[in-house]
Amino acid sequence: MRRGPSWPLCVAMGLGFVFLYLPIVTLIVYSFNESKLVTVWGGWSLKWYRELWANQGLIDAAWVSVRVALASSTLATCLGVMAGIALARSSRFFGRTLFSGMVLAPLVMPDVIIGLSLLLTFISLSLDRGMLTIVLAHATCSMCYVAVVVQARLTGLDRSVEEAAQDLGARPATVFWRVTLPMIAPGVVSGWLLSFTLSLDDLVIASFAAGPGSTTLPIKVFSQVRLGVTPEINAIATILIGLVALGTLVWSVSLKRARAAAADDLP
Amino acid sequence: MGWGRRLTIAVPYLWLLLFFLLPFFIVAKISISEPAIARPPYLPVWDSIGAALDHLSAPNLENYAFLFSDALYIDSYLNSLQVAGISTLLTLLVGFPMAYGMARSGPTWRAILLTAVILPFWTSFLIRVYSWIGILKTEGLLNQVLLSLGAITEPLVIHLTPLAVYIGIVYSYLPFMVLPLYSSLEKLDGSLMEAAADLGARPATVFWRVVVPLAMPGVAAGCFLVFIPAVGEFVIPELLGGVSTQMIGRTLWTEFFQNRDWPVASALTVLLVLVLVVPIVIFQRIARRGGTG
Repeated sequence: MRRGPSWPLCVAMGLGFVFLYLPIVTLIVYSFNESKLVTVWGGWSLKWYRELWANQGLIDAAWVSVRVALASSTLATCLGVMAGIALARSSRFFGRTLFSGMVLAPLVMPDVIIGLSLLLTFISLSLDRGMLTIVLAHATCSMCYVAVVVQARLTGLDRSVEEAAQDLGARPATVFWRVTLPMIAPGVVSGWLLSFTLSLDDLVIASFAAGPGSTTLPIKVFSQVRLGVTPEINAIATILIGLVALGTLVWSVSLKRARAAAADDLP
Repeated sequence: MGWGRRLTIAVPYLWLLLFFLLPFFIVAKISISEPAIARPPYLPVWDSIGAALDHLSAPNLENYAFLFSDALYIDSYLNSLQVAGISTLLTLLVGFPMAYGMARSGPTWRAILLTAVILPFWTSFLIRVYSWIGILKTEGLLNQVLLSLGAITEPLVIHLTPLAVYIGIVYSYLPFMVLPLYSSLEKLDGSLMEAAADLGARPATVFWRVVVPLAMPGVAAGCFLVFIPAVGEFVIPELLGGVSTQMIGRTLWTEFFQNRDWPVASALTVLLVLVLVVPIVIFQRIARRGGTG
């Protein structure tokens, strides 16, 4: 049978990718539009980027979002790595089914459910709503993604390396820091990046968990979008897309270099 | 078992018990309390264990009775299930050719296309949904293009209709469908298809009798990954559907943030969890069989 997709399949696939990228491209192009109306092309301009720079509300919200994302993704990575190791390396412990269920459920659970139930929990625990509560909420959701990524990485790894280290007299902590962690490092970094992005992007859970003075960027953007389309949002979206593209590029290049270096080390 | 290993289990376990499982019990508790004009806006159900037992023997089910008495709430649930179901099928229809095409491409193209599917994940979901407003509006990009091509004479009204919600859900959840489909189609052994063709099966027969059955694990995983979150979706119906699509996520949001009726919002949440328990359990089985969990 012929290799490669047939032409109708190529067309269907192509249309799918156009569908996937059309909104992103439109957004970027219109962020450079001089006119305020989405319908009218007024020529290329950086006007909306200048307006954005002057919009203190949006900048403050972006700063809150970045701090929340840094804290929650770091917390989520620590918890998620532990959970991933527990799932991959401990095949039997009390309540394992419940544990793996609690790790998988947040991946599909609608945000409104998680947001409302966490908010009511924070109130029951008399925690004041603010940045701390958003960090706790985001860490809870993101740790599950990290756990799944780390577990997948661990199951694909050769366990004999860890066993060899143990046989050579390394203590469990040493085995973890010197053998296991370096092996799962790409998964850990991907998990951290994923948690960071999820936190930076979340509207629903943050809306429930936020208090006065802890307005995150998506909450701010959402309140502006509700009032109508504004080109400033296009500008901030384009900046975010640019940062993400840059981050992905740097990450994939460094991964490629690390792989090449690892291949060189092998005899 | 060493203490280190115990710790790696205990810490995330306790965290999830405290911030994932306990919250459901708190929601259930507040759903049987009475609303009040106070901060927080509900009357505590119980203050002591004795009072708690008294209450459980005669729970206040008024909030639930209220949900069933008003057609708005039941309609929201049914509408959400319908919208999520249809969108899941549409996502499958759009995603299957993409995943199949990717799986049949050469290694270089596979890597490029896979990155192209994953990349939108890393950009803001809220902003990607928002950008559809500019495309679908009456004076938006789509209508301008179609009008200038002469394909239509009157602008199409899509924004703020259920059609816009379908487009938004299919668009936002497409990578969640394509990735599991791709991972099961990628493993497909080409010699099986060759064997079927050699035995005289036509391409369509090979597709339906060989490819589709072997892709079923991916189809199931993808459908659940799209369906479950789509039922409780808030942002897409809010921004693209407006009042035309009353989905349960929007109803819950309004009840909580605008009407400030926390007990009714909690009762809505409890019912939503009950609706989703069965699909979530099936999803977990599929995920565990796939080597996760």
